[in-house]
Amino acid sequence: MAEDKTPGKKPAKKAKARKKLDLDRRDIPKQPVEARVRNFDEVALGYSAETAIEEAKRCLVCKKPKCIGSCPVEIDITGFIECIAQGDFAEGVRILKEKNLLPAICGRVCPQEDQCEGVCALTKKKGEIAIGRLERFLADWEAEQPDIEIPVIPPPTGRRVAVVGGGPAGLTVAGDLIRQGHGVTIFEALHEMGGVLIYGIPEFRLPKRIVKREVDYLEKLGVEMVTDFVVGKTRTIDSMLEEYDAVFIGSGAGLPWFMDIPGENLNGVYSANEYLTRMNLMKGYKFPDSGTPIVKHKKVAVIGGGNVAMDCARTALRLGAESHIIYRRSREELPARLEEIENTEEEGVTFQFLTLPIRYIGNDNGWVEAMECLRMELGEPDQSGRRRPVPIEGSETIIPFDAIICAIGNSPNPLIAKTTPGLEIGRRGNIVTDEETGKTTKDRVWAGGDVATGAATVILAMGAGRKAARSIHEYLGSLPVKS
Amino acid sequence: MFKLIDNYMIVPNIHLLTVEAPNVAREARPGQFVIVRADNEGERIPLSLSDWDAEKGTVTMAVMNVGKTTSRLAELEAGTSMPTVVGPLGNPSEIDEFGSVLCVGGCYGIGSIYPIARALKEKNNKVFTVLEARSSYLMYWEEKLRGFSDKIIYISRDGTHGYRGHVNQLPDIIESLGVPIDRVIINGCTLLLKKASDATRPLGIKTIVSLNPIMIDGTGMCGVCRVTVGSKTRFACVDGPDFDAHEVDWDELLQRRKSYMSEEAKPLRTSGCEKRGCLTTQPVVR
Ligand SMILES: Cc1cc2nc3c(=O)[nH]c(=O)nc-3n(C[C@H](O)[C@H](O)[C@H](O)COP(=O)(O)OP(=O)(O)OC[C@H]3O[C@@H](n4cnc5c(N)ncnc54)[C@H](O)[C@@H]3O)c2cc1C
Ligand SMILES: Cc1cc2nc3c(=O)[nH]c(=O)nc-3n(C[C@H](O)[C@H](O)[C@H](O)COP(=O)(O)OP(=O)(O)OC[C@H]3O[C@@H](n4cnc5c(N)ncnc54)[C@H](O)[C@@H]3O)c2cc1C
Ligand code: FES
Repeated sequence: MAEDKTPGKKPAKKAKARKKLDLDRRDIPKQPVEARVRNFDEVALGYSAETAIEEAKRCLVCKKPKCIGSCPVEIDITGFIECIAQGDFAEGVRILKEKNLLPAICGRVCPQEDQCEGVCALTKKKGEIAIGRLERFLADWEAEQPDIEIPVIPPPTGRRVAVVGGGPAGLTVAGDLIRQGHGVTIFEALHEMGGVLIYGIPEFRLPKRIVKREVDYLEKLGVEMVTDFVVGKTRTIDSMLEEYDAVFIGSGAGLPWFMDIPGENLNGVYSANEYLTRMNLMKGYKFPDSGTPIVKHKKVAVIGGGNVAMDCARTALRLGAESHIIYRRSREELPARLEEIENTEEEGVTFQFLTLPIRYIGNDNGWVEAMECLRMELGEPDQSGRRRPVPIEGSETIIPFDAIICAIGNSPNPLIAKTTPGLEIGRRGNIVTDEETGKTTKDRVWAGGDVATGAATVILAMGAGRKAARSIHEYLGSLPVKS
Repeated sequence: MFKLIDNYMIVPNIHLLTVEAPNVAREARPGQFVIVRADNEGERIPLSLSDWDAEKGTVTMAVMNVGKTTSRLAELEAGTSMPTVVGPLGNPSEIDEFGSVLCVGGCYGIGSIYPIARALKEKNNKVFTVLEARSSYLMYWEEKLRGFSDKIIYISRDGTHGYRGHVNQLPDIIESLGVPIDRVIINGCTLLLKKASDATRPLGIKTIVSLNPIMIDGTGMCGVCRVTVGSKTRFACVDGPDFDAHEVDWDELLQRRKSYMSEEAKPLRTSGCEKRGCLTTQPVVR
């Protein structure tokens, strides 16, 4: 821009550059460790308005902010941070919500260190702006305001879209399309909406009331929600296409992997999905006040190193067990969010790195009592660029455990793929889509989120939902006007 | 919410529940099941479909009262509603022109074998139906089943009706029929399934059982329903519930079904299915 080169502007720029760098990333208050390991309440308590403003004022408001480019949905990050710095929270919320429908959720669960915060101009100086915490602050501030604004919705177009799955991908598609005046119905297999946000991520990391608030908001906008409806079983996609103009599949990656090693079917060996579903969706932690039983374990091994593994280990800890994470690589390769790794360590979960289970050993009653494992060392980098773990010969050891939780990954459930002719399915069971539009190989059918990418993140699922909604809207607009 | 149309005790300990669930009724096939919740805080439990009416939009389940949720279901009154009735889940039973088929039902399986017998008859099979219970007064639906069975055979533990004993009588029964049996299909509690499977194994007759491990979602998401069949791990809810009886690892299944036994006893006043040998004569005292 020409003006930038005019000498008159220069002093201002210099003044800014001379602004003393504040590298003191403001801490987020948390429940004290001793208390939180005994309850299921949220661990991180959120910034106060003063702290949020202080933190926002540290932002350099770069001319070419890298953070925005690293955000999968390109939120105007410097824009909302400036608003916070000026105390104009309402405007901050507006900017945030232009791009992100679920900020209260993303602020809590996004892997910021790999995205926006990872490229912040202050990251190299170890003082990166706490963008996630600021996002959460705005969203929580808005939730406390007396009346949420319901946007004006254009007159009904008469077109109807069926959304399969009530996770972040499905909710985003529904939210975007209802705002364009289309009729939207979400069909969800479980008895509650929210997907992994409800049945997977524990209360202490993402309170369920926050997810419910977002779901309720969509209902207020007019989205119809049908729970207890398994698409492919209760009704096929082909049959839905007779009634709906378009279908979006956001059924996630819910099929749990096991390692296929001896002893995996012993009692006391769980998939992470079972363990977390019992706790979260079925409120097992309130047992016996809730109906779904859980077993009290003494020493639990969680296999894996992702967010799912951290969630399981911390849940087991809260139920009174000694909790161990068994991971075949080293700390550096842990794929979980940094903040959660730190919280997990702080809470006293033991990490056993470079360890690979090869067999579970049971007692006479069919309950697991020990794990046999191998020690590993890191070899050459593999395709993912991480160093490949290689077993050390003769390093077999047996460690006693009375429960094992397998958190090594999930892939898309084949139920819809199997019952929907014309849908191309990739090698990992994923529905093949056009990355830009979410279009599948089947006419009038779109898909996005974990079902297309394999297990990924909330923000990517949302981003995919947004792209698909745009493409569906375009398609519906191309149809003859309905009276 | 799913409206309860009818609910009554058909024989001691077994209730017939009829619920409005038009989406399930429309797609239902023999051998499939639903997952239900009795109340909002409640557990999700699987129940086989015993009957349905696509026009009226209703489904019927025979529920054996063994624990917390089944007791709660027994207490529900017609006109009230259930928060969850989801399905139809699982693969339908394989129905073909097999020739002569022996359908065996015990406890709740007397109900769920009915749509299977009906479908087999519609495919022109010779259908022999075996009802198994502790005593004559625990048998039900004979009339309904007679409509689709060439013959009904009874086994009672106390000898009050038909053969005395339990499903170990199956080889004698099969011999007495005088025709070769091409397939045996068994529905009921796990112990009955196992014993019946043991009984047909030496005869070399293909035997299909509807397995009932513990389940949560019923869609392949949690893996709690895993069973070993033919030395492979399968998820009963999506790969079954029907499997070849002679390939099932019964010890593992019986073991796995006890996973929550001591835990489940906590909210219970009544004892569990296995504890009472499954085929109890004592009505549950509530
Ligand atoms: C324990 C755990 C912790 C995680 N932590 C994080 C984190 O910290 N940060 C992060 O970014 N990501 C995290 N993730 C990943 C993130 O939750 C997922 O990437 C995201 O939820 C994917 O969204 P989705 O909408 O594609 O699918 P899902 O959230 O899986 O939702 C799919 C929905 O579809 C329903 N469904 C499936 N099949 C059918 C059918 N046939 N008919 C009807 N409905 C159906 C399912 O019941 C489910 O409700 C975590 C995942 C887990 C399991
Ligand atoms: C595919 C399938 C179809 C089924 N169909 C029917 C049906 O049509 N009618 C019916 O009455 N039951 C059926 N069952 C069994 C039924 O689901 C269980 O009896 C029920 O879950 C017990 O719940 P509860 O809360 O009353 O008992 P709980 O309090 O959970 O348990 C009480 C005792 O019941 C036993 N039990 C627990 N789970 C099961 C189980 N899955 N099967 C048998 N016993 C169990 C345990 O030994 C436990 O100690 C079916 C199960 C499956 C998997
Ligand atoms: S019941 Fe959860 S996978 Fe079968």
